[in-house]
Amino acid sequence: MAILRIPTPLRAYTGSQSEVTVAGATAGAALTELVTQFPALKPHLFKEDGELRMFVNLFKGEENIKDLQGLQTPISAADRLMIIPSIAGG
Amino acid sequence: MLPDLSRDEILRYSRHLLIPEVGLDGQKKLKASSVLIIGSGGLGSPVALYLAAAGIGRIGLVDYDIVESSNLQRQVIHGTGTVGQLKVESARARMLDLNPAIQVDVYNEPFTSENALRIAKDYDVLIDGTDNFPTRYLTNDVSVMLGKPNVYGSIFRFDGQASVFYAKEGPCYRCLFPEPPPPGLVPSCAEGGVLGVLPGTIGTIQATEAVKLLLGIGSPLIGRLLLYNALDMSFEYVKLKKNPNCAVCGTHPTITELIDYEAFCGVPGHDHEESETTSVWEITPPELQERLQHNHLRLIDVREPHELAISSLPQAENIPLGTLASRLSELDSAQEIVLMCKSGARSGRALELLVSAGFKKVKNLKGGINGWAQEVDTKLPIY
Repeated sequence: MAILRIPTPLRAYTGSQSEVTVAGATAGAALTELVTQFPALKPHLFKEDGELRMFVNLFKGEENIKDLQGLQTPISAADRLMIIPSIAGG
Repeated sequence: MLPDLSRDEILRYSRHLLIPEVGLDGQKKLKASSVLIIGSGGLGSPVALYLAAAGIGRIGLVDYDIVESSNLQRQVIHGTGTVGQLKVESARARMLDLNPAIQVDVYNEPFTSENALRIAKDYDVLIDGTDNFPTRYLTNDVSVMLGKPNVYGSIFRFDGQASVFYAKEGPCYRCLFPEPPPPGLVPSCAEGGVLGVLPGTIGTIQATEAVKLLLGIGSPLIGRLLLYNALDMSFEYVKLKKNPNCAVCGTHPTITELIDYEAFCGVPGHDHEESETTSVWEITPPELQERLQHNHLRLIDVREPHELAISSLPQAENIPLGTLASRLSELDSAQEIVLMCKSGARSGRALELLVSAGFKKVKNLKGGINGWAQEVDTKLPIY
């Protein structure tokens, strides 16, 4: 069970929760678990064909999973996951 | 050959001259340098003030907005006395009052694919203080093509991000975000709001990074993304790597000249809300007033509950946009439904959601509650 940090723009879909505990041995499983808990999040993270949206960046600690093994990146209970949102305000 | 400092300048910058990392030579470097600030709003305000104070010799400002009173909660370079003026002129006057020894060049025009390279080519550092995705991608691509650092800052509610995208030495904005989010998925500050102090925090970080880059001191945010949360008062960093497949700075770039960024992002290159035309899916405030007198429709306000405390219509039921998808069973597709929000953007997305779920008798209140306050009930506040 790892902790997944939800960015502010997506908290409208997690009942205002800023952190969610997710099960799963890989980054992909953790995200699947997240959208199972909060189905309204799904279209924000995944395309209709189930692929992760290009602008969604999931970090394990300081590393982007794109620079690790992508959705296959192994996750342990001690890991802290964070979705980095694309925001444009200025 | 660096420019000399006058006796007045030596006194003005004495606290810089005392720091060994800056010193006389560093201050002369700042005097010889130039920075282009794209956007003179929330982020641009502190950036412009501090860079003017620091003695950057030439500062360019790009913006085509005018100062509005709803800007003043965070855009501290402007003032009540400059409401209605061009932002670039309001900002220039304040900067020259702070430091008459600098030069401020203003560009009262949108930053577009047509003018961006021409405007940016004569500056050492670009600062991204824009408020929308198209201009952020444009600023990034310009910085990559001109080989200049792009000091990035972005804000939303209590969250801020900052980095230095410098393709010569690290990743660019597209390495992190190859594509923008689909239109409507990420609310803008005009829709979602922003803590007024937040751009002060992020903007001063951008100004700090610009000064460091110009002086060649310290460790810039190249290859690092700073994530700030004002509520938690947390500063976190993540590592950013250059994407070899990046469309603009990768080994085989596919974008080699500026593109149509509004088409690429599917949204306009500004954070305004008004629209000129009324579509078949819209109902104007006076039409809604007329229809409500006959009471044959259901009015759904998709704003957050705390916004209804500012202004609302007694006939409206509140179903926040984020919960609408899970509450469709509460709506009857046989009944006529009008959706509303602050100014029509969120209710426009609610309309798309209902239409895609098979609803046909549904309309969006044009201009939202603010439009109603302008056209029907002028006693209601506008926010």
